Amino acid sequence: MVSEAVATPMPTRDVDGFLCDSAQWTPALAEALAREVGMTLTPEHWQVLTFCREDFARQGVSPGVRRVAQLSGIDMKALYRLFPKGPGKLAAKLAGIPKPKSCL
Amino acid sequence: MKQLLVLGAGSGGTMVANRMRRRLGADWMITVVDPAALHLYQPGLLFLPFGANDEAAMLRPRRRTLSSGVAWIEGGVTAVDPLHRSVKLHDGQNLTYDFLVVASGARLRFDMTPGLDDGRARGDVHDFYSLEGAQALRTALAGFGGGRLVVNVVEMPIKCPVAPLEFLFLADAFFTRRGMRDKVELVYATPLDSAFTRPLCAKHMQHLLAQKGIALEREFAAGEVDAEHKLLRSYDQRELAYDLLVSIPTHSGAAFVEDSGLGNELAFLPTHKQTLQVEGQERLFALGDATALPSSKAGSVAHFQAEVLETNLLEAIAGRAPKPEFDGHANCFVETGHGKAMLIDFNYDVDPLPGRYPIAGLGPFSLLSESRMNHLGKLAFRWLYWNGLLPGRPIPVSARLSMSGKRLEFASPSASQTQGS
Repeated sequence: MVSEAVATPMPTRDVDGFLCDSAQWTPALAEALAREVGMTLTPEHWQVLTFCREDFARQGVSPGVRRVAQLSGIDMKALYRLFPKGPGKLAAKLAGIPKPKSCL
Repeated sequence: MKQLLVLGAGSGGTMVANRMRRRLGADWMITVVDPAALHLYQPGLLFLPFGANDEAAMLRPRRRTLSSGVAWIEGGVTAVDPLHRSVKLHDGQNLTYDFLVVASGARLRFDMTPGLDDGRARGDVHDFYSLEGAQALRTALAGFGGGRLVVNVVEMPIKCPVAPLEFLFLADAFFTRRGMRDKVELVYATPLDSAFTRPLCAKHMQHLLAQKGIALEREFAAGEVDAEHKLLRSYDQRELAYDLLVSIPTHSGAAFVEDSGLGNELAFLPTHKQTLQVEGQERLFALGDATALPSSKAGSVAHFQAEVLETNLLEAIAGRAPKPEFDGHANCFVETGHGKAMLIDFNYDVDPLPGRYPIAGLGPFSLLSESRMNHLGKLAFRWLYWNGLLPGRPIPVSARLSMSGKRLEFASPSASQTQGS
C-alpha cells in the first residue's frame, strides 16, 4: 500500500472526487482511482477511458453517457456492466476529466 | 428581397419571427416553416390528466399567432444546406435564405426505448408531453383503481425538467381528493442522482416528495420495458413493477437536423452558449428546445433567447459580430398541488435561490417556496403567453437573470450541477 501511494501521488480533487486538473492524469492514476472504488480495469474499460479523454480533448467538454455509448464502441448495456450505476460519471472520474454536465 | 427563414413555429420560432417583423424593413421577407396547423400551449398539458378539459384554450390556429407580415409555409423540412444557403422541404420545394433560425424543438422518442411502444399499445404506458398522450392519460387516471404508478424520465435532457415532479405532486393531490391516496403507490424513477439538477432546489423537491409520500428511485437509467409483465428495467438490471407507467421518453431534435449532419448525438444543435449562433455556421442561429445548450428546455428560456436573438440577428445582418448576451436564464412555476406552486429563477451559473420575484421584497411571487399566488401566476400565464410573449410585446421581466430580491446567503460559491448517469 505504502509503496503504491508513493508510486502514484494523488493530485488535488474536488468534493465529488474528480481531478481538478485533467492534465495531471496518468494511466497509473486511473488504476489507482479504480482500486479506490473496488474496480480492476480491463481492456474494455480502457477503450471507454481512452474515448472519454480524446473526446474531452476535442470537444472541451466531458461526453455524456449517450455520446460514450454511441461513439466509444461500447454499448449502453455494457457501459452499465463496466461502470456500475453511473457510467458517464464514473468513466469521467477515472479518465480524469470533469464531471459531465447534464442539461436542465 | 432578402429572406429570413425560421424553421419551426413553436414558442421560440413564433416569437423571433414576430419580433423581427417589427425590426426589419420591407426589403426583408420573413418566412416560417411548420407542419402543424395549430399552435399548442404546452404548459397546459400538465393539467389535462387530472381532469382539466380546456383544450380549446390551449390551441390556436397557427396563422393567428403570426403577424400579418410573416409568411407561413405549412410543411416539413427535409434538409438544410448551409453551403448553398438553402432548405429543402418535404414537397420538394427549395427555399433560399440570407439568415436561418432553427427553432424546430424536440421530438418524443418512445421508439428509442424497447418495449415503450408495446406498453402504450397495451394501455399501461402513458405520457403527458403530447396532447393525445395527456388526453389518454386523463381517461386512464379517471379509471385507475389503485396500484403502483411510476413516473419515469428515461434520460436527460427533457422539456420542462420540473414537469415530472409537478405531475407527481398533482397526482398526490388528485388521489387524495378522490379518497384513494392509500390505494396508490407513487414512485419517481429518475436517471439523476437527486430529484432535480440543481442542489438547493433538489433538496426542496426531495423534501416535498418525502412529505407527500412519493418514493424516489435515483440513478435509474431505464433501458427497456417488459410490457407483458409490466416491468421497467434499468441498464444495470434493476426492475420496477408498475400498474401504470407515465413515461417521459428520450427527447431528440428534428430529423432534418440529423439528416443535414448538423446535430449532436441526439440531433440537438451545438450552439454558442451566449450568442445563440450555431457552432461553425455564420448565418445559422438556433433557439429553444432545438439547441444542445445546457439551459432548460422551457418556454421561458425560449422567450429570453428570442430577445437575445433579435439583437444578434440585427447585428449579423449589419455585418457585426453577435453579442454574448444570453446567460442561460430560466424561470419556471412549479405546481406543488392543492392550489399552490413554487417559482424558481436561475441561469447557467446561479442556482434557484429563495426570495421574492420580480420585485425585491414585494413579489408578488415567492421564490423557492410554495404559495397560492404562485399558482395563480401559473394560471394567468396563459393569457400573457398568447397576448404578450408570442406577439413579441415587451413584458416587464428582464431577459438576463436579476439578483434583486434573491437571498444571496443561500448562493453556493460555485454553482456546481449534479448530473445524470
